[in-house]
Amino acid sequence: MYPRSFHYHRAKSLQEAAAMLAQLGDQAKLLAGGQSLIPLMKLRFANPAHLVDLNFIAGTSYIHSEAGVGEGGYSETGVSEGGVLRFGALTRHAEIENSALAATVPILHDCAAGIADVQIRNRGTIGGSLAEADPSGDWACVLSTLSTEVRCLGASSPERVIPLSEFILDAYTSALQPDELVSEVMVKIPVKGSGGAYLAFKRSAPVYPTASAAVQLTMEGDRCTDVAIALGCVGLTAIKAKDAEAALRGQTLNDKALAAAGEAASAAAEPQDDMRGSADYKRALVGALVKRAIAIAARRAHGEQVEVSHIYA
Amino acid sequence: MPETAMPETIEKISVTLKVNGKEYQRLVEPRMLLVEFLREELDLTGTHVGCDTTYCGACTVLMNGASVKSCTTFAVQADGAELLTVEGLAHNGELHPIQKAFGDAYGLQCGYCTPGLLISTYQLLEHNTSPNEKDIRKAIAGNTCRCTGYQNIFKAIQLAADNRKGA
Ligand SMILES: Cc1cc2nc3c(=O)[nH]c(=O)nc-3n(C[C@H](O)[C@H](O)[C@H](O)COP(=O)(O)OP(=O)(O)OC[C@H]3O[C@@H](n4cnc5c(N)ncnc54)[C@H](O)[C@@H]3O)c2cc1C
Ligand code: FES
Ligand code: FES
Repeated sequence: MYPRSFHYHRAKSLQEAAAMLAQLGDQAKLLAGGQSLIPLMKLRFANPAHLVDLNFIAGTSYIHSEAGVGEGGYSETGVSEGGVLRFGALTRHAEIENSALAATVPILHDCAAGIADVQIRNRGTIGGSLAEADPSGDWACVLSTLSTEVRCLGASSPERVIPLSEFILDAYTSALQPDELVSEVMVKIPVKGSGGAYLAFKRSAPVYPTASAAVQLTMEGDRCTDVAIALGCVGLTAIKAKDAEAALRGQTLNDKALAAAGEAASAAAEPQDDMRGSADYKRALVGALVKRAIAIAARRAHGEQVEVSHIYA
Repeated sequence: MPETAMPETIEKISVTLKVNGKEYQRLVEPRMLLVEFLREELDLTGTHVGCDTTYCGACTVLMNGASVKSCTTFAVQADGAELLTVEGLAHNGELHPIQKAFGDAYGLQCGYCTPGLLISTYQLLEHNTSPNEKDIRKAIAGNTCRCTGYQNIFKAIQLAADNRKGA
């Protein structure tokens, strides 16, 4: 299948790419991993007249850690308490999956390693995934449980840093201006005693999940002092399950608390019937995923190494 | 622009790349997909088109050491790259050990999916010399086979890994 014809432009820097967007106008699109855009173009759901290829720009694919302000020294993992992980916009899912640095925040590894399949992870990028704002995209869901900011670079405006919660506005809609692009994604490293887990339920690898749950919580003994819960694929954007969080905050993590959080998560979901399942089914599923993810996150918060992977039907 | 409008003249782009160690240069339309480039321009028809929708992995090739679905990559993006396709596995008329293992373990039936699976196996064994069951499952999760039921593919990959260690 051939997409419609388009003019091809190869940017040499992110600044140049932004300038090209400004010059070429709304018929232009950026090309990152191409794993969302190229399939859409082949089906002719997207028909850009110009593609600006970001893949030949050096230095846009990286994972750096940066010490927290006013914090001393690095821990043995090489990551500083209160520090930040910086991901270049073109960092591939596979690079994050294989990064020891990213794995120090286990929920990031859960996410990267579970997206689609090896080949798609080798191409797809974290910046492209956030910019696409697909309701089923894994990164937006996972990163909304961490303190995440998106650095945006425009041709005509000064660089700005937007919290992820203000970056994704709606399904397939980000806060990017027409001549703006994502240059970097910044994730605050959770405090010691915090643990997270991401579980997605899928029918096979190269499809988006049916539902998913991201949980990041902080434990003091068996009491949960802080928690963030996000639900994926059950709404137009990832859903912050506030009532489910409230059901856990300050509580001892026993069966009763887990059940309450699961129920609240199911209630918060806004799923639709589709080929992946009925709305009722997804509602039940997401509640179950939340309960499981809480249990794993709590074990990790206590320092246990727990390997999880996406669950296949 | 309405879907029916004729596009204006599109500038072709020069692509220079190495496939299986041999250098090629071609002038291509930007919309040409890498798999079409390999098959139509270079006559390397070993890389297959199965689904053409980024699902099946029949079109898998190695690009700069990373497996990609060549139906979901433009040829212009491979400019300057080094590619490995199924044609590059055999050496001097000798099948690659991975190919031999697929034969020995009956890891194929119709063979349509095989070029992609061979490349995915190649990628796996480059990074992991002793893959366990889970590693193998994960490595071929992006390759669909409609014939074998995967059990023999799985055995073939295990055999290829074992042979490699024994060698
Ligand atoms: C079969 C299949 C299964 C998949 N399964 C999953 C899954 O389970 N979970 C999941 O999360 N994803 C999945 N994906 C999507 C995949 O993760 C994509 O890689 C990702 O959504 C988009 O990233 P990309 O780099 O490929 O972006 P592209 O496809 O290159 O671009 C996507 C959009 O974002 C824009 N864009 C790209 N980069 C930037 C930037 N830096 N700044 C501004 N705009 C930009 C582009 O113009 C385009 O509009 C799947 C894809 C396929 C084909
Ligand atoms: S033909 Fe490329 S993934 Fe099926
Ligand atoms: S052997 Fe026929 S599709 Fe795999």
